[in-house]
Amino acid sequence: MRDTVTAQTGFAPPSAKPLLAAAAVIAALVLLPFVAQAAGSPATVALATRVLIYGIAAASLNLALGYGGLVSFGHAAFFGIGGYTVGILYQHYVADELILGLFTGSNQLLVTLPAAVVVSGLLASVIGALSLRTSGVQFIMITLAFAQMIFYLFASLTAYGAEDGLIVRRRNELFGLDTRNDTVFYFICLGVAAAFFALLSRIVRSRFGLVLVGLRQSERRMAAIGIAPYRYKLAAFVISGIGTGLAGALMANYLRFVSPDMLHWTKSGELMIMVILGGVGTLFGPLLGAAALVILETVLAAWTEHWQIILGPLLLAVVLFTRGGLQALLARLGGKP
Amino acid sequence: MTLLLEQLLNGLQFGVMLFLLAAGLTLIFGIMGVINLAHGSLYMIGAYAAAIAAERTGSFLVAVPAGLAAAGLAGMAMEYLVIRRLYARDHLDQVLATFALILFFNQTVTLLFGRQPLFVSIPPALNGSIEILPELAYPVYRLAIIAVGLAVAVGLYLLINRTRIGMLVRAGATHRDMVRALGVDVRLLYTAVFGLGALLAGLAGLMAGPILAVQVGMGEQILIMTFVVVVIGGVGSIRGAFFGALIVGVVDTLLRAFLPGLLRQLTTGPEADALGAGLSSMGIYLLMAVVLLVRPKGLFIANA
Amino acid sequence: MSGISPEPLLSVRGLAKRFGGLIATDGVDLDVMPGELHALIGPNGAGKTTLIAQLFGELRQDAGAIRLDGEEVGHLATPDRVHRGLGRTFQITQLLPDFTVLDNVALAVQARDGHSFRFLADARRDEGLRGRARRHVTASGLANRAETRVADLSHGEQKQLELAVALACEPRLLLLDEPMAGLGHVESGQMVETLRALKGRTTMLLVEHDMDAVFALADRVSVLVYGRIIATGTVEEIRDNPDVRTAYLGEGDA
Repeated sequence: MRDTVTAQTGFAPPSAKPLLAAAAVIAALVLLPFVAQAAGSPATVALATRVLIYGIAAASLNLALGYGGLVSFGHAAFFGIGGYTVGILYQHYVADELILGLFTGSNQLLVTLPAAVVVSGLLASVIGALSLRTSGVQFIMITLAFAQMIFYLFASLTAYGAEDGLIVRRRNELFGLDTRNDTVFYFICLGVAAAFFALLSRIVRSRFGLVLVGLRQSERRMAAIGIAPYRYKLAAFVISGIGTGLAGALMANYLRFVSPDMLHWTKSGELMIMVILGGVGTLFGPLLGAAALVILETVLAAWTEHWQIILGPLLLAVVLFTRGGLQALLARLGGKP
Repeated sequence: MTLLLEQLLNGLQFGVMLFLLAAGLTLIFGIMGVINLAHGSLYMIGAYAAAIAAERTGSFLVAVPAGLAAAGLAGMAMEYLVIRRLYARDHLDQVLATFALILFFNQTVTLLFGRQPLFVSIPPALNGSIEILPELAYPVYRLAIIAVGLAVAVGLYLLINRTRIGMLVRAGATHRDMVRALGVDVRLLYTAVFGLGALLAGLAGLMAGPILAVQVGMGEQILIMTFVVVVIGGVGSIRGAFFGALIVGVVDTLLRAFLPGLLRQLTTGPEADALGAGLSSMGIYLLMAVVLLVRPKGLFIANA
Repeated sequence: MSGISPEPLLSVRGLAKRFGGLIATDGVDLDVMPGELHALIGPNGAGKTTLIAQLFGELRQDAGAIRLDGEEVGHLATPDRVHRGLGRTFQITQLLPDFTVLDNVALAVQARDGHSFRFLADARRDEGLRGRARRHVTASGLANRAETRVADLSHGEQKQLELAVALACEPRLLLLDEPMAGLGHVESGQMVETLRALKGRTTMLLVEHDMDAVFALADRVSVLVYGRIIATGTVEEIRDNPDVRTAYLGEGDA
């Protein structure tokens, strides 16, 4: 299912190779917990869960950033708001109090995930509608500014833990499954990720997706064929925010904790790193990028407390010397067996 | 009344610090088209170098050149090794590459000096307060910062409006391609501008030492506010950076000083304090959002 | 500016635009009749491109009216004017470089279809879009380049594609901004033939420096000098007009 924006599969017959590759990846992901168990490395499951969650967030960011050319430096806001939706619903569920006197709390994943989707979608509509009136460096900075506002807001809400954040004592429930079990939770995340990537792969090939990629290449051309850019960019920004919020909700469940850390501007930076590590404007690149960054962090952190001193230059090298990230690298390697 | 005046002076002092950083940042962006997130790292390097020099020698007079030299050298190295390769890249690459630099610089400083903040004492000659108005005694050191900042502003004004290099800088900030076409050694101009920006950042850092904790992360905190300044003032405009810095400095300081008190009159308890702190931190970002929505290119750039 | 009986498709009155001290458009009146190929000529710097940009809504005029088929469009954004039947080609091609020829045209067909808020179906497998796009590509003589990325096309091919994309929008009035610019002799000749074949089917306002092409194609010609229309008439009338001769002679051969 390799898909690059520039792929020119107009009416060439669909090749079996990408489908096989996708099947192999899915099989590997399904088997992973069992292999990890057999290999006596249960921590791998937790690691893979984080990769999946960050993969969803990074792929969402990539829809705006890679496909749409909208360089958002504020996606931590959506990641965090998704997490806080879970945290706040849980707190009110435990305390049995209404939220703003209107909603009841919940500990059901089937409630909290859609709630996170709605809340992050609303936030992205507001931030996007305002930010998209600017472009270029101003867009980067105004998205950062909105994210900072959300950060300081939650860092000062003592009702929700302020700087200390909220503890979600138990993961949300789903169909009576034992979500406390990391393997079970891994499969939940895998299911969400599979559904999400399936949807995303359709979106980027759809009429909407082509318009979005067209807008990145030349807004002037798109206007000249009668396409008003703003609405499409806004829609892309909102979808992107929703996906990132969904990932945030999963992350709050995974960590059983949510704090302003999820809203910090460095989180926006990390998501961007995943996108560029994996390959800007590619469907699965961000998942690869998330895997690379999460694994690299884990490996380096086990080695030295000052792992960022290695990560920094490594990242710098990737930005300066590779074009198209890991996805392009793999494609190049795959092209010459 | 005196309290307000005192806070205004604090705001002015914070504003000129922001200006020192914003001037470099806005020129680097205006002329080279590079978003340099690592500009705050130069500020941190200046602060650390000065703090350590002051600690070793006990003399602020040694600390000043040490801070300037460290920031200047780090800036030149940064330009030569990294920034130079980013001129032709898009904003995304620039953001990420300079983000990577932040990680590197922060960890290096942590490795060398640890996580404990360093404290620098105010140089004896500038210690104490003077009564600038009846019943308003104000620290001499802060007044000195304001004086230095304003002097730099005047100096930059003269440099940019009265010299040949200034003419190139002005032209470069608005018509980058034209300057290239004139056959000017753009590379040299870039290096000079970047070096100047680094020196100013270092100057801000070394002056910040005695009034703020010198610690890892100090760069990013002020950097994001500096970006607010640059965007509010208008990217590439020194005048915009100056007035933007004063606006942001004063607004931020006044909000922090007075908003919690105002909130306390509405509600009570620790929640009001926390919320007040949060809301006052949000203030300048709100200001920036409003400015951008009204004038998408900033206050001091003519909207084309 | 004579009182020909049918209503003009495009009617411009008192159009004005200045940039600081420079007057780019100075009270332009212009009528383009349905079905005609109306050429707009003038020396370099006369303000032709600025005028096209105002007609298309990429620049906002300071004063004046632009009516398309009787409806005022001067306040509308470009996409809205496109929906009302305006189309244009660009002198400096504005194509989507990462997309193929067929993608570029198909996107125009898609935009012509209405909004693009369709998120699930694969647009590249939509035979409704692709079939129509392929017909436009074939008509423009680019059939064998349909799957080529635009970035890999020659300049001449990009010019052809510009026209194909504009035609895929099925405009009622097509603004052509120097379609021959940068083309070789042979390519130029082909473009003239392509435009000749379009005559009668699409109304066109042609900005062009190539006088041979203009005189070969135009039904009527308007001459723009320093932002003003100094003459409008048939090819013969314009050729013999003393003011036009002065304007051009002062400028050398155009």
